[in-house]
Amino acid sequence: MFEQLFQFLVTGITVGSLYALVGLGFALIYNASDVVNFAQGEFVMLGAMIAIALLDAGMPLLLAASAATLLTIVAGLLLERFAIEPAKGASVVTTIIITIGAGIFLRGVALLLWGKDFHSLPPFSGDTPIQLGGATVLPQSLWVLGITVLLVALVRAFFNRTLLGKALLACSFNRVAAQAVGINVRVMLRLAYGLSAGLGALAGILIAPITFSSYEAGIMLGLKGFSAAIIGGIGNPMGAVAGGLLLGVLESLGAGLISSGYKDAIAFLFVLMVLFFKPTGLFGHQLVERV
Amino acid sequence: MKNWWQTALAATLLLAGVNLASAAEPIRIGSFLTVTGPASFLGDPELKTLQMYVEDINAKGGVKGRKLELIHYDTGGNAKDAVNFAKRLIKNDKVDLIVGGTTTGDSMAVIPDVEKEGIPFISLAGGVEIVEPVKKWVFKTPHTDRMAVAKIYEDLRKRGLTKVALITGDGGFDKSGHEQLLKLAPQYGMTLVADEFYGNKDSDMTAQLTKIRATEAQAIINFGFGQAPAIVTRNIKQLGITLPLYQSHGVASKSFIDLAGNAAEGVRLPAAALVIAEQLPDTDPQKPVLLAYKNKYEAKYGPVSTFGGHAYDGLMIAVGALQRAGSADKAKVRDEIEKTKGFIGTAGVFNMSPEDHMGLTLDAFKMVEVRKGAWKIID
Repeated sequence: MFEQLFQFLVTGITVGSLYALVGLGFALIYNASDVVNFAQGEFVMLGAMIAIALLDAGMPLLLAASAATLLTIVAGLLLERFAIEPAKGASVVTTIIITIGAGIFLRGVALLLWGKDFHSLPPFSGDTPIQLGGATVLPQSLWVLGITVLLVALVRAFFNRTLLGKALLACSFNRVAAQAVGINVRVMLRLAYGLSAGLGALAGILIAPITFSSYEAGIMLGLKGFSAAIIGGIGNPMGAVAGGLLLGVLESLGAGLISSGYKDAIAFLFVLMVLFFKPTGLFGHQLVERV
Repeated sequence: MKNWWQTALAATLLLAGVNLASAAEPIRIGSFLTVTGPASFLGDPELKTLQMYVEDINAKGGVKGRKLELIHYDTGGNAKDAVNFAKRLIKNDKVDLIVGGTTTGDSMAVIPDVEKEGIPFISLAGGVEIVEPVKKWVFKTPHTDRMAVAKIYEDLRKRGLTKVALITGDGGFDKSGHEQLLKLAPQYGMTLVADEFYGNKDSDMTAQLTKIRATEAQAIINFGFGQAPAIVTRNIKQLGITLPLYQSHGVASKSFIDLAGNAAEGVRLPAAALVIAEQLPDTDPQKPVLLAYKNKYEAKYGPVSTFGGHAYDGLMIAVGALQRAGSADKAKVRDEIEKTKGFIGTAGVFNMSPEDHMGLTLDAFKMVEVRKGAWKIID
């Protein structure tokens, strides 16, 4: 029983760290602009698909992964420049709808480029499972965990230690005041889109060897990442990370201990409960209505 | 009454006129397929096959001197759209018969309209409920999930394995297969020791498989299609589970082996003979048909799949019936489809009857195993 439980936890944390990375992307853009970017899942898909395509073209894995991340960042910046920026001054809801449209557009582009098939990336370091006290872990899961920890630490340091990060944070608290003290809000917005596109791409590349990728792969991941961000209190990057891990573990335990048929229902029920009893999320700061 | 000959003449002319018109008019074959959406890997080769062969038949002079016209709509896997398109095909496009319906859901949804209007309908979906109970105007060409389940259980019985763990997805195909797995188990003396589920878009099934590992299962059956079965296959390897794994005919394509990689070694599944056409003995009457279709399809579009083959079977059965009926008269064509005997298609040899609107037997399925990254026929 303990062995089983341990396996559920390992599985949950692996999947959860993926949700965490996607959720982090949501939090970043929300912070900078109050907008929930529903194309976030598509960044994940783009990263994976570009990496697979480059690898197939003969590029070594590390180079393909870096190039795919960079290209996805460029895609994120282009999205901001040509879809979000022209709608400057539009309401938040309008912008959110634009991001939904952008997501559909990106999916369409991916469909045309790579077809409808599922594609797979070879694992970074083999697929011989590692025994861990009764549970088995794929080496790729360790990559997922390790890089997630690294990225989360980097994002945290970025917000707490660098001037740029603090400027971005300032925008999230009060955009007008941030502008007044000389922060270029527009540049910050681009930064946020670029960063979250990069994070999404890395998540996609990390997970592609385990779960495969296709033009539609972003939809479900986007939804789960969004749930992670909500659980953690949207706009709180570290909350999103915690929310993602919690969601992953909950899904895995739900599937293992209760019923695998209700796995998603359990996860989404939890999201609903959080919204009911703590609408600002588990780690969200009390929202003050800005007038 | 003295003008009776005038009336007769007018009637004759009218009939002649109708005949003249119909000789020039093409035979309209309606189709609605899932070319986009999650089941697109089924509908896409189906549409390509229909287009390719309609063109081919027309280049050879059509059917009884009349060209075929294919009218197609994409349902995207949405049963509501399927109903609307079927109505449009019948009412606006005035098709003579319908060959289509990629998914069981789409096919079931249009049956009431097809039956009411009296249009011969050849479905390309797997669900057994499409032709059971028999519906007057409805036929189908793919093997049913019940046949797949029977084939798997038969193979298990041969190996002396009776304790089985099930793991299935949440799609229509998965659920229908799951139902058959439960239904047929007692008949084959199978004990189901686990019954797990996953979402078809899930990225990890180790939790469910960990539960299965703790049972006394002797074999695992995973019924589904798309990428999820490939993930299940990999997860089983990851967890160090060495039980024999059976997949369904839903993953009988090269892409499953590509996705699952090494983990696919030893996986068994029932598949249509198209997958292993080259391995059939030369005496097999199906072999030339399979190779002809395979070569033709691959020359134009790339790797063949069994799903496109179902469309080939459907179209050819329809063409055969049209030829025998001598016209596109709906009732006559329906009767002739029902009389299809000994038609060698990609799915097997079809022998339809008033009681059987599919006409395939269990030996149309071959049990195959993945060995060294390729399908190997074992029975």
